[in-house]
Amino acid sequence: MPSVSMNVNGRSVSGDVEGRTLLVDFIRQHIGLTGTHVGCDTGQCGACVVHVNGDSVKACNMLAAAADGSEVTTIEGMANADGTLGVVQQAFQDHHGLQCGFCTPGMVMTAADLLNRNANPTEQEVREYLEGNICRCTGYHNIVKAILSAAATMRGEQIAAE
Amino acid sequence: MPKDSGIGASSKRREDVRFLTGTGNYTDDINIAGQHYMYVLRSQVAHGTINSIDTSAAASMPGVHGILTGDDFAEVGGLPCGWQIHSRDGEPMKEPAHPVLARGKVRHVGDPIAAVIATSLAEARDAAEAIDVDISELPAVVDMKAAVSGSAASVHEEAPDNLCYDWGFVEENREAVDEAIKSAHHVTTLELVNNRLVANPMEPRVAIGDFNRASGESTLYTTSQNPHVIRLLMGAFVLGIPEHKLRVVAPDVGGGFGTKIFHYAEEALCTFAAKKYNLPVKWTSDRSEAFITDAHGRDHVTKIELALDENGMFQAIRTDTLANMGAYLSTFAPSVPTWLHGTLMAGNYKTPLVYCNVKAVFTNTVAVDAYRGAGRPEATFQLERVIDKAAREMGIDPVEIRRRNFIGADEFPYQTPVAVAYDTGDYHGTMDKLIEIADFAGFAARKAESASRGKLRGLGVNAYIEACGIAPSNLVGQLGARAGLFESATVRVNAAGGIVVMTGSHSHGQGHETTFSQVIAEMFGMPEDMVEIVHGDTARTPMGMGTYGSRSLAVGGSAMVRAAEKIIAKAKRIASHLMEASVDDVEFKDGVFSVAGTDKNVDFGSVALAAYVPHNYPLESIEPGLEETAFYDPSNFTYPAGAYACEVEVDPDTGVVEVCSFHAADDFGNVVNPMIVEGQVHGGLAQGIGQALREAAIYDPETGQLLSGSYMDYAMPRADDLPMFDVDHSSQTPCTHNPLGVKGCGEAGAIGSPPSVVNAVIDALQSGGHDVAHIDMPLTPNRVWHAIQSAS
Repeated sequence: MPSVSMNVNGRSVSGDVEGRTLLVDFIRQHIGLTGTHVGCDTGQCGACVVHVNGDSVKACNMLAAAADGSEVTTIEGMANADGTLGVVQQAFQDHHGLQCGFCTPGMVMTAADLLNRNANPTEQEVREYLEGNICRCTGYHNIVKAILSAAATMRGEQIAAE
Repeated sequence: MPKDSGIGASSKRREDVRFLTGTGNYTDDINIAGQHYMYVLRSQVAHGTINSIDTSAAASMPGVHGILTGDDFAEVGGLPCGWQIHSRDGEPMKEPAHPVLARGKVRHVGDPIAAVIATSLAEARDAAEAIDVDISELPAVVDMKAAVSGSAASVHEEAPDNLCYDWGFVEENREAVDEAIKSAHHVTTLELVNNRLVANPMEPRVAIGDFNRASGESTLYTTSQNPHVIRLLMGAFVLGIPEHKLRVVAPDVGGGFGTKIFHYAEEALCTFAAKKYNLPVKWTSDRSEAFITDAHGRDHVTKIELALDENGMFQAIRTDTLANMGAYLSTFAPSVPTWLHGTLMAGNYKTPLVYCNVKAVFTNTVAVDAYRGAGRPEATFQLERVIDKAAREMGIDPVEIRRRNFIGADEFPYQTPVAVAYDTGDYHGTMDKLIEIADFAGFAARKAESASRGKLRGLGVNAYIEACGIAPSNLVGQLGARAGLFESATVRVNAAGGIVVMTGSHSHGQGHETTFSQVIAEMFGMPEDMVEIVHGDTARTPMGMGTYGSRSLAVGGSAMVRAAEKIIAKAKRIASHLMEASVDDVEFKDGVFSVAGTDKNVDFGSVALAAYVPHNYPLESIEPGLEETAFYDPSNFTYPAGAYACEVEVDPDTGVVEVCSFHAADDFGNVVNPMIVEGQVHGGLAQGIGQALREAAIYDPETGQLLSGSYMDYAMPRADDLPMFDVDHSSQTPCTHNPLGVKGCGEAGAIGSPPSVVNAVIDALQSGGHDVAHIDMPLTPNRVWHAIQSAS
C-alpha cells in the first residue's frame, strides 16, 4: 500500500493507505479527526469540506494519495490558538447558524474559504457560494446571517446584535 | 428589555461549541476495538420471488466473518408496528409480517436480503457481490390507484387487494355530511396529490452492535430520536432481549425529522450479529442506501369537497384519500393518514360536519411513515387549498373567507366535530399580525413593480393548526396506539448544588441541552451553566418515549418541571427544619428559601448540602438526598396555530417560481428560547417550501425503481433557493394544561407553508390572466409552464 504524508492542522501525519482510500476516510479513520462528516455519496452535500493548500475541497472527492504532501485544514483546526472559537465559528453560534451540527463543519470551512476570497460578500454571493453545501435544519437563514456577520467582524466593523 | 438567562432568553446554545469544533459524538464517530463492518445486500428489483440465496462463494472470501440471511431470523419476530387501525367494518388492519431480512419474497428496491460481516467494509461489500441470489421478478405495484383497482399483483398474500385498511372518520357523520354536500349552496371540489418526500437528515443512519460476554449485555449505538422505544421494540418483539440486558445509546444525532423514530432492520442485524459472532459490528448507511431504506413521508392522493352557504360559511367537508404505506408497515405508519390527519380536518374553523375516508395501500415501494408534521401537513394542505379555491369561485377575498369561519378567540375551549378539543387560540390575532408584518397594503405596488419586469407576482395566504405535544396515553390507546406517550425525567441535585436532568426526550438539533437548562435555571434561581441535561442513553436516563410530534418541551419539559417541583417541595421541608419554621411559611424565590415576615433565609445550595450531609436533618420524617423522578402524561394535545403568507414571482416564459418573501405569524403559547424557536420555524419553512416547489420521490411506474434516489436527482432546497424569512411569535395564547404553557414549534413551518406557496403561485397565474385552478406539488418550472400553456 502506498504511504501518504500530509500536514493536517499544523501536525505532520502519515499512513499507509489503499489507492482507493478517499481523503475523507483518511482524515476520519486513519488520523481519527471525526469532525469532517460524510453526508452523501455523490459529492453534493458538502459535509466533508476541508481546505487543501488553502482551497476548499470536498474530501469525499479526492483520494488521500492525491493530497500527499499537502497542507490540510479541517474543522478541528479552525479555533483560535487559545481554544476559543474562531471568528466564523463564533458567528455561527451567535446567530444560531446550526441545529443538528452535522453539516456545520462543511459550512464553516466553505464560509471561511469564501471570506478568504471575498471580504465583503453580498447576501446573494453568500447564498451562491453555499450551493455545494446542504443543510436540512436551518433553512440557511441564520447561516447566511452568520457569514455576513463574520465578514463584518473580519473587516473590523461592528454590527448590531439580534 | 430582553432577559439574558432563564425562560424567555435567547441563550446561546451550549451544544454549538462541540459541533463547531468538530468534537461532536455522532454514531459514526464511535469506533470500538475489534469492530467489524456490516454490508447489507439489497434487492435490486421491486417485487419478486426468492428462489435461492447461495452464500458459499462469498463466505470464503477474505475477511468475511459471517453472512446472515432470512433463515437466521426464522425463529425471531419481525419488525413490529406500533399502531393498529380498524377499518370502517370493524376489522383490524391487514398487518403482514415485516421480516428483518427478506424471506420468500422481496417487496421493494432496497429490501434487505443478506448481511455480510467482515473485517473491513470493502471486504464486506466485495463478498456481498459474490452472493448468488436467484429472484423471479413479479409485476411491481407502484401507482396507488392501480394497486387497489383489482387487477394489480398483490404485495402481500394477506392483503390480496393491496388494501391495509379502509378508515372512516367521523363514521357517524357520514350520512349527514353527504346530505349537507348534496343540499349546499356551493360545493368546491379539488383533487390533489400530496407528494412523496424523503426526510433526508444530513446524517445517514448508523448502527453499532456490541456484546459483553461477561455481563451478557447487548449495547446498540444508533441514530435514533427515541432510544428507549428502540430498546422496547427490538428487545421485546424482534430479538427477545430483556430490557435489563439491552442498552440503547443515541448520542449526537444529525437530524431526524421523523425518519429516525422508527425501528429499522439494521439495528436488529448489528445487535444480533454482535452477539452471534461476539464482536462489535458497525453499519453505516450511505446516502443512496438511505434513499431506498429510510421511511419516506406524505404520499397521499386526495379528493376534497367543501360545502358552503351563500355567505361563504363552511357547512361540511368530505375527503377521500389514498395513503401509501409502501411495502411494509413502518413503526407508526398507520396512524399518520388517520388520527394525525383526520382530526385536523376542522382546521381553524367552525365547520360543523367532517367526514374523511382513508384507504391505506400497500405498494412495492419503501415504507412511508411520519415526516415532519406527519398527517397534519396533508390535512392543512388540502383544507387551505380548497378554501382558496372556494374563495375564488365565490368571489370572496381569501383572508375574508377565513375570517368569517375562524373560531373566535372567545370560543375556547372549542370542541371540534373531529374528536379533538382546542384549549386556546386566537386565529384572528395571528391573521392580524400576519397582515401587519407582511405589509399586505403594499402588495399592489410590489405586484406592479414585478409586472414592469415581465413577472407575475402572487400573494398566497393560509391559516394552519396542528395537534402537538403527543399525546394523552389513554386517548391514543383507544385510537390504536400500542404504546403510552408520556415522558419522564429525573432531576438530581448534587451535594454541591448543581443539577443534572436526565430526560427521555432526545435532542437531534432542537437544542434541549440549552432550553431545558433555561427552565431549570429559572425555577431554581441559578446560572444555566449549573444545570446539565443528559439524554439519549437508556442506561443513564429513565424511561423515555423520545422526540417527535413537537412534544419535547410540552411533554418532556413538563415531566422535568414536575420532578423539579417535587425537589422544591422536599427542599422546602428541609429548609423549614433548618430555619425552625413551619413549612407552610416557607417561600422559595430566586434560589433562596425564606420565612414570610421574618429575615430568616437559607439558600438552595445549603439545603442541597444538608440533604446529602444530614447532620442537622429530620431523618425520622424526610429521607436524605435530593433526587426526584416524574412521569408526565398530557391530558390533551397542544394546538399551535398561525397564519402564513408567501409572495412569489412567476416567470410566464419559463415557469420558474421565485419565493420573494415568506412571513409567518405563529402562536406557540409561551416561548422559552425565542432564538431557537425562530430557527425551528426557519427550518420547517425550508422543508415546506421544498415540498411545494422542488422535492419529490419519484418511482418508475413500471419497474418500481426510485428515480430521484440521490442528491443529483432529489432536489433538496439549497441556500440560493430560499429567501430570508420573517417570523413572528408574539401572538401567544398559552396552553392551559401543561405547566409551562408551551405548545411546540418544531413542525409548524413544514405544516403551514406548502399551501401558502401554492396559493401564491395560483394567485400569480390567475391575476396574470391564466385560468389555472391547481397545480400538483412540486411546482417545478416544467409543471408551471405546462399549466400556463394548457390554460391559454
